[in-house]
Amino acid sequence: MISRLFKFNGGVHPPQHKLASANSPIASVPMPQRLVLPLRQHVGNVSKLQVAVGDRVLKGELLAAADGMISAAVHAPTSGTISAIDEQLIPHASGLPDLCITLEADGEDRWIDHAPVDYRQLPKAEVIARLRDAGVVGLGGAAFPSHVKLREDGRHPVATLILNGAECEPYITCDDRLMRDRAEEIVRGLEIMQYLLGTARCMIGIEDNKPEAAAAMRAACANSAIPIEVVEVPTLYPGGGAKQLIKVLTGLEVPSGRLPTEIGVQCFNVATAYTVHRFVNFGEPVISRVVTVTGNVAHPGNFEVPLGMAIEDLVQVAGGAGDDTNGFIMGGPMMGFSLPSIRVPVVKATNCIIASAPRMFPPQPPALPCIRCTRCADACPVNLQPQELYWFAKSQNLDKARSYNIFDCIECGCCNYVCPSHIPLVQYYRFAKSEIIAQDKAKQAANLARERNEFRLARIEREKQERAAKHAQRAAGAKAESSEADEAKKAAIAAAMERAKAQKAEVAPKNTEDLPAAAQAEVAAIEARRAEAAAAKPPTDSLKQEKQENG
Amino acid sequence: MLTALLVMLGLALLLGIVLGYSALRFKVEGDPLVDKIDAILPQTQCGQCGYPGCKPYATAIAQGAADINQCPPGGETGMRALADLLGVEPKPLNAEHGLPKPKSVAVIDETTCIGCTLCIQACPVDAILGAAKHMHTIIASECTGCELCLAPCPVDCITMEPVGESVANWKWRYPVYPLKQTA
Repeated sequence: MISRLFKFNGGVHPPQHKLASANSPIASVPMPQRLVLPLRQHVGNVSKLQVAVGDRVLKGELLAAADGMISAAVHAPTSGTISAIDEQLIPHASGLPDLCITLEADGEDRWIDHAPVDYRQLPKAEVIARLRDAGVVGLGGAAFPSHVKLREDGRHPVATLILNGAECEPYITCDDRLMRDRAEEIVRGLEIMQYLLGTARCMIGIEDNKPEAAAAMRAACANSAIPIEVVEVPTLYPGGGAKQLIKVLTGLEVPSGRLPTEIGVQCFNVATAYTVHRFVNFGEPVISRVVTVTGNVAHPGNFEVPLGMAIEDLVQVAGGAGDDTNGFIMGGPMMGFSLPSIRVPVVKATNCIIASAPRMFPPQPPALPCIRCTRCADACPVNLQPQELYWFAKSQNLDKARSYNIFDCIECGCCNYVCPSHIPLVQYYRFAKSEIIAQDKAKQAANLARERNEFRLARIEREKQERAAKHAQRAAGAKAESSEADEAKKAAIAAAMERAKAQKAEVAPKNTEDLPAAAQAEVAAIEARRAEAAAAKPPTDSLKQEKQENG
Repeated sequence: MLTALLVMLGLALLLGIVLGYSALRFKVEGDPLVDKIDAILPQTQCGQCGYPGCKPYATAIAQGAADINQCPPGGETGMRALADLLGVEPKPLNAEHGLPKPKSVAVIDETTCIGCTLCIQACPVDAILGAAKHMHTIIASECTGCELCLAPCPVDCITMEPVGESVANWKWRYPVYPLKQTA
């Protein structure tokens, strides 16, 4: 069945540069001596540490557990010893260090016991919880925990499940190669996802610049028990954006600020489906991923890389970078960012490493003033007004930027690409977005502080009133009951004294009976001495008096 | 003539009743202006403005007793927001009330703390945890950085630590690029 295709607004056709890395099968890399695993590899809460320095772990063992619903676990990519847990540089645009686990490989590469999940026998919630504990996240680059998207939330039935194999960014070919080399496994993963979501329709969207991948997927889908449509979509950047692919395949547009689930569509990357299959059918958590290494390297290609491997080592595996390399980009040239250092680890979001050289990415000519030509608006795939957003972000008019839906911007870079004035527009949007987010956080903190302060003032007031009430009660009670209470108190004291006297009389040494004669004689002698001493001692009252007189 | 008068009178009465009723029915509790001002203030409750908290300062501004430039934690941005809200001219922050500082949180040196609870009593947002003769500690996520706990501490074991930049709170910078290519 050939379904009708739809179009999204705008888009650009940057040069592809995919051939260099797409022609050889996925290669494996030698296991590095040392792996560095950041705890923040996904969107959401940072994982919680489960190991300590010095612990020995097996391949696939849990190192850090998911914390809360939107979080994912981190596992050991090989067996070895935890040598450090400290802050190290991570592949992040900030160039700041973050908490990482360092694992020294022991070279044995010994697995944990594999525990495949019989997903049709278990309750779906249980399967989803296990996916969370297996560290399954979206491998398209955003690293959003996948189990969250696989939940049936009851409100929005998912009618269409889409696997995203569009891979629209230049240079990147990891999904292309995965579809060619491991098509069957991707389809197995898709079947599991389809079962969990209960969708009626399954589609795989692949850009038409990857005919081999589409053919491989078609062949694999023919063997599947469920009907799957493999659809070739026109090559147009950013056709691999989730919302753009949904629009192209189904004609449905995800409303501003909503999720695809709300219109009954769910979209996953093909590599995510592959990891779901590896975990569910083989019990292997996410410990490696396919990474494209390309650009200015001797042997560009795709590699199955253990997470935590230093990008420096990975580039060496690809033959090393050329002499004129002036930087490394993680992700594609449109949406990726320059790595702060090459000594950072590969993480779950690392889909591509590009060694850049001046001849590949010549320096941008100086930015000129905006001439309001609105070519950016024509290119924007989410129908924004980039030229307006640029003015608002530049003047830090953040409220206005928000009201022009800056948060719908997917930072695809189409506006940058077409801007005749070479203005780094996306940088302005990123600045404005993070500034708005920081302001919102500060507002939340202020609201919390106000609440706590009001509670404290109310508490102090309440305590004061309670104290005053108690004092008043005591004063009133003392007056009214003074005579009665005195009588009662006196009686009580008298009764207590009586009781004490009676008790004293009753108390007698209990161990003096049934003693041998010698012992009894000894006791009697001691008693006699005691009586003598008591008679010799002056009465206690006079003693006290003496003391007082002496000072 | 008389009919017209009666009609007008009747209308006036009717509208008056409607207005009077709605004034009672939809009465606004509290001063909405105070709440609006309070929403702009940073809620550090530090008292640098000379009032015992953000709400009292907001009340004073609303009554015209205090100026809008007495809040250092709110900074230039807060002052401008207040000026916008009240329709007055922005004015530079009054240095008498202190200067804006980077956001910091209090940290108790737990080896020196004697457990006197004085800082707990001083904290305006109940962000210090501890009991008499037991070590105290600060709940960093609740601390507003007001510095009110520093003065009461008899052993000076509380210091202010600036909140550093981390991956979690990092922000993209304002783009700066050369307008002219330099050699």
